[in-house]
Amino acid sequence: MTAIPVEDAVEVADDHGSDHHDDGHHTSLGLSNMKLAMWLFLGSECLLFGALISTYLLSKARFLTEVLAGNPEVLGTLPANLIEEFQAEGSVEPLFDIPFTSASSFILLMSSVTMVFAHQAISKNDQRNTRLWLATTAALGSVFIAGQVYEFTTFYNEGLRFDGNLLGSALYTLTGFHGVHVTVGIIMLLSLLVLAFRGKLNQDRAETLELVGLYWHFVDVVWVLIFTIVYLIP
Amino acid sequence: MAVIEEPLALPSGTTKARRPLGAFSRPRNATGLVDWLTTVDHKKIGIMYGMAAMFFFIIGGVAALLIRLQLAAPNSTILSADTYNRVFTMHGTIMVFLVVMPIGAAFANYLLPLQIGARDVAFPRINAFSFWVFLAGGLMLNSSWFLGGGANGGWFNYAPNNGAAFSPSTGIDFWNLGLFIAGIGSLSGAVNLITTVLNMRAPGMTLMRMPVFVWMTLVTQFLLLFAIPVLTAAQLLLLLDRQFGANFFNVTQGADPLLWQHLFWIFGHPEVYLMILPAFGIVSEVIPTFSRKPIFGYPFMVFSGIAIGFMGWGVWAHHMFVSGIGPLSVTAFSVATMFIAVPTGVKILNWLATMWGGKLILNTAMLFSIGLVTQFTIGGLSGVTHAVAPSDTQQTDTYYIVAHFHYVLFGGALFGFFAGLYFWWPKIFGYKLNEKIGKWNFWGMVLGFNLTFGPMHILGLQGMARRMQTYDVSMGFNLWNLVSTIGSFILGVTTLLLFVNAWKSYSEWKAAGRPNVGADPWDARTIEWSIQSPAPEHNFDVTPTVSDLDDFWHQKYAEDDEGKLRQVATGDELAQPGNGEGVHLPAPSYWPIVLAFSLPIVGYGLIYSLWFCIPGTLLTIISIYGWALEPADDLDIDDHGHGPDQEMEPAV
Repeated sequence: MTAIPVEDAVEVADDHGSDHHDDGHHTSLGLSNMKLAMWLFLGSECLLFGALISTYLLSKARFLTEVLAGNPEVLGTLPANLIEEFQAEGSVEPLFDIPFTSASSFILLMSSVTMVFAHQAISKNDQRNTRLWLATTAALGSVFIAGQVYEFTTFYNEGLRFDGNLLGSALYTLTGFHGVHVTVGIIMLLSLLVLAFRGKLNQDRAETLELVGLYWHFVDVVWVLIFTIVYLIP
Repeated sequence: MAVIEEPLALPSGTTKARRPLGAFSRPRNATGLVDWLTTVDHKKIGIMYGMAAMFFFIIGGVAALLIRLQLAAPNSTILSADTYNRVFTMHGTIMVFLVVMPIGAAFANYLLPLQIGARDVAFPRINAFSFWVFLAGGLMLNSSWFLGGGANGGWFNYAPNNGAAFSPSTGIDFWNLGLFIAGIGSLSGAVNLITTVLNMRAPGMTLMRMPVFVWMTLVTQFLLLFAIPVLTAAQLLLLLDRQFGANFFNVTQGADPLLWQHLFWIFGHPEVYLMILPAFGIVSEVIPTFSRKPIFGYPFMVFSGIAIGFMGWGVWAHHMFVSGIGPLSVTAFSVATMFIAVPTGVKILNWLATMWGGKLILNTAMLFSIGLVTQFTIGGLSGVTHAVAPSDTQQTDTYYIVAHFHYVLFGGALFGFFAGLYFWWPKIFGYKLNEKIGKWNFWGMVLGFNLTFGPMHILGLQGMARRMQTYDVSMGFNLWNLVSTIGSFILGVTTLLLFVNAWKSYSEWKAAGRPNVGADPWDARTIEWSIQSPAPEHNFDVTPTVSDLDDFWHQKYAEDDEGKLRQVATGDELAQPGNGEGVHLPAPSYWPIVLAFSLPIVGYGLIYSLWFCIPGTLLTIISIYGWALEPADDLDIDDHGHGPDQEMEPAV
């Protein structure tokens, strides 16, 4: 079976560990089972997020239509000042604090960079830097989550309820669902960190770290989409 | 399994005291029930999938007979309107999600590794998890019978009827959460089986040498991989609506309930193809074997299956022609739907061409395959009439639709599965099923099936709406409904003949001292017949090297000097003796079943009290860590860091 280069960048990173027999050369595609499985899982996740993003776009559009048409059922779910701003702008932009969310998005994107550093470190069997960058990645992810908690609190205080109207349901669901993914990622990073401190995260486990990295990068890329669609496009 | 094919670092029997990560031992020498509960053997898991599906088949079948009993005569009151809603909803849901899908999974599990020459699937523990989580979800769904009545919104569960305002009873919640949980199993199964097919083929088993069944299963698993998350998303929205007061389908807040229909059918149409494609794969193995010819147009078989897989994504709105999606959408989906009939037609023609001029052996497996080809064609043709939107507008929500999908799902998929059971039974259990009962089984089912569903075409065109609880004498539906009910009981009884057959064939085989059926009782074509029957636990003594499509056939038959086909060896002469010495198999594990059954605890918590979610979630987390930190399943792997599926977080 000819080897099909599925992801060159990832394969290059695999050059460590020539004695590491599960990393490719026995499988039909030359890609390890776990990595292939992770890619398939992430492909599946794309559809999940795709469905939720579509739901958000539809719900926001229907919400705005009702607000602009002055549907009392919808207007009754929001404080008057927010309604006036929505009606004046013809969009839900007034709800958002773009500079704040841009900053937290930047932090999340940077965590992808530190994740790459962690992977490079473990490829060189550099335990100290592996721990350092894993911890940094987890910390940056946590800052992002803290930002989201702050943001949700602000939305709530401004009067946007999850069970109030379509916008609340869709916005909290989409961003919250992403937040759950980031949280799961942080838990995986912290688990790796515990392994690292117990000295169990050696070079042969580099692939485990790489898989967590794949997941982490995916979650970041999805955030770029969500940030653009939810916050930036009016 | 890549790892196991390597020479062992340790002589078998030697154990190592080192426990690298966790403190939990794996139940290596379990027997009896514990063996089945903790097994990671793809063959046992396949058998369990089949048995669970048969269990649910009986529940779904009883529901079907109740429906027919109620409709046998006009103005009948055997079932109340509410009970009737629950019975038909549960019938549809069970048959789709808990019967047809898992039977497909049963064959896939049992056969995929054998047909590609692998020791097991890529992730044996995830495989066990997929089964247990399917069973957990299925049992949770069915527990609704006892906890306030089954779901009552139809198997498609349209919004806004599925909302708490219109369906206050918990039936919908069980539907939602049960299928949500079962869906996790489908998803993890898809990841696992795709990885297995793409990555674990024996040397020489190129993609275009894979049996058609493997190809069709691969397409099926890709459909699952991408279809299930869309349903999961829809179910998440419904969950938030019903349990947490969200507004996704709340019309008073301006929500568009068509969102549910779109999401459901974006999942639902690939779903119908992923139900039929495994059966297509099965008959593509059976028909060549009993026509004594290679499959006609193998590449066309493969690529038409792939084409169905792709085009299945572009036809979902033909379920929604009357929902007001606009003339342009209707036209586009109408054309796409007509077009998807082409690759399906290619398959029908290829099966016919395979049989054409062959030395047909009309045993039960072959008869069921021919039954699929015939009855699926009828269902396919009535399906094309739905593609014509003006005609569909008349047929929507009538018994014509019911007739159509039963012809493709029962007459197609289930007949295909029965063909597969009769064909692979000796490989799985070591004895053949009785041909005489088998033929009664087949002809009885053909008679019962066509008597049940044939008249529904007429009833539908007469205007009888589906899902109606009863009808008046004056409507003129009496005769065909009675015929249909008689047919359904013939169908029910003759379907049970499979179980009678299994029991009787087993008793006779046992009484005869369990004679060896031989590795290759059908003189078949693919490499799963090159190992002993029943398949030994380790599958292949030596990983086979494949050099042809239908490799085993080419080992048995060769052309002589005059270009005539001659048998050079029998299957039993070529078969591997079944000596598993030195083969290291993945060790069983408790965690898949524990993790799987921790999820319904969360599910019940969401329905009854969020407090239950806490122990459920805790158990889930403990199981995930227990799983990840479990000692590697192969002794020599510890040295290298990780086993085949260790540290793999379960999907979702």
